[in-house]
Amino acid sequence: MFANLTLESYKTMQFALMISETHEGFEDRNNARAGEYWGGWMAYSRAIAESGIFAGGAGLELPSTATRVVFDGASKTVQDGPFPDARELLGGFFVIEVDSLDDAIAWAKRCPITKGGTVEVRPVLPPPPQAD
Amino acid sequence: MREDRGRVLSSLMAKFRNFDQAEEALQEALASAFTHWTRNGLPSNPAAWLHTAASRKAIDRLRKARRDEGLSQDIGLLSQGDVASESHGVTDQRLSLIFTCCHPALEPKSSIALTLRTLGGLTTTEIANAFLDAETTLGQRLCRAKAKIAQAGIPFRVPEPQDWDERLNSVLKVIYLIFNEGYCASSGATSVRVDLCEEAIYLARMIETLRPDEPEVLGVLALMLFAHARYRARIAGAGVVPLEAQDHLLWDQGKLKEAEACLDRALTLGKTGPYQIQAAIMALHSQAAARDWGQILMLYDALITFDANPVIRLNRAVALAEAGFLELALQELTALEGALTMYQPYFAAKADLLRKAGHEAAAQTAYAQAIGLARNAADVAWLQRQKSAAT
Repeated sequence: MFANLTLESYKTMQFALMISETHEGFEDRNNARAGEYWGGWMAYSRAIAESGIFAGGAGLELPSTATRVVFDGASKTVQDGPFPDARELLGGFFVIEVDSLDDAIAWAKRCPITKGGTVEVRPVLPPPPQAD
Repeated sequence: MREDRGRVLSSLMAKFRNFDQAEEALQEALASAFTHWTRNGLPSNPAAWLHTAASRKAIDRLRKARRDEGLSQDIGLLSQGDVASESHGVTDQRLSLIFTCCHPALEPKSSIALTLRTLGGLTTTEIANAFLDAETTLGQRLCRAKAKIAQAGIPFRVPEPQDWDERLNSVLKVIYLIFNEGYCASSGATSVRVDLCEEAIYLARMIETLRPDEPEVLGVLALMLFAHARYRARIAGAGVVPLEAQDHLLWDQGKLKEAEACLDRALTLGKTGPYQIQAAIMALHSQAAARDWGQILMLYDALITFDANPVIRLNRAVALAEAGFLELALQELTALEGALTMYQPYFAAKADLLRKAGHEAAAQTAYAQAIGLARNAADVAWLQRQKSAAT
């Protein structure tokens, strides 16, 4: 097992940047500051694309459009809305391919979040081994 | 040996990029060194010997693991590195190692344990004892930290220039936490753990050697040396002896001189930071002559621009009182009460100030609260005596 670890650590890694914003942040999508808000995210996405590290991602519609399916035992209940009472909610995510956590953190820090929020940085699982 | 161990381990880490592999290989090399060296005498360069032996063992293990998994034997890169390292000896990667151990993506307790384990001279048992952890708990903590480093993609390298200040700050924070754990031992009969204080000073010196002229490294080193210079005087009584009651003859003049030299050098580099300011405050506290509280207060005002945390504000309030602004100081303490409800030194300071202001009954209550929150026997003894004296 550690043979793999050793050799793979010389390769690039994929990281998901999961971007959560506050309610105030989401409001900026549709108020007087909308131009600035969208301009910021457009520029950020462009920078990721131009750096050649883009490996996936999407911006998400407002949390009010969310529907959740709750699994509890055998029942699967459909409910309105995102996770209740959360101070911050998922607004979008990117998957980037870089050398290390430090590079991923550097990209996370460049997110144009102005009203508070969190970017969770997590390594993406490697693809399952291909059958020959 | 502590230094050689850290150097060899860091060099193995740079090569194999895997904590467990590097540590296991070094462990095996140390075991065979014991037999070899007793038979053939000490090699001319023990560190290089260990490095070569450990590299060979790690490569053997890699080959075996790849064979077991039916993978090709292509580890040519590593073997070539091995040949090169035999002629060049060990490459000192301790700076990369400490930045990896103190990466902000690890929780501070893990960083402390990992740093002491890989670069310090303490065994796992000693680290566990120092932090009152069960050895198995500490083992698990180290395991989790190493797994996170490998899986989360924490790199083994010195940070990029744009991240340098922030990352250095995490390293210094870990070192200073180690020192403080030693300086204010969190429980037990003794109130100072010299071994932890000395480990922290060793680590700061190590960084200073590897990357000289970093003002905050010199600052933290000066700060710790000032404090440590007084430890004999501090534990000379039944409890912790506070500064104003200490016997100056017990202060370690050598350490004080070194601390002053570090601070002077830091200040000539022209980039002030919180550790340098705290060291400067300590320097003023370490003068045998009467303390200049006006100047101490000014330094606290500067410190607060970097970090306005409640503990620093508390210390500033004490300086305020000593500089003659007792009422202002008491007002500031009232404002801080909410943030420091579980902090023993807050109530001890409050009790002292209330006593000075002539509010004896309120002072008694505050002493009682401080005693209730004291973490070791020595502090309790000292506070009891203060309380009795205040009636």
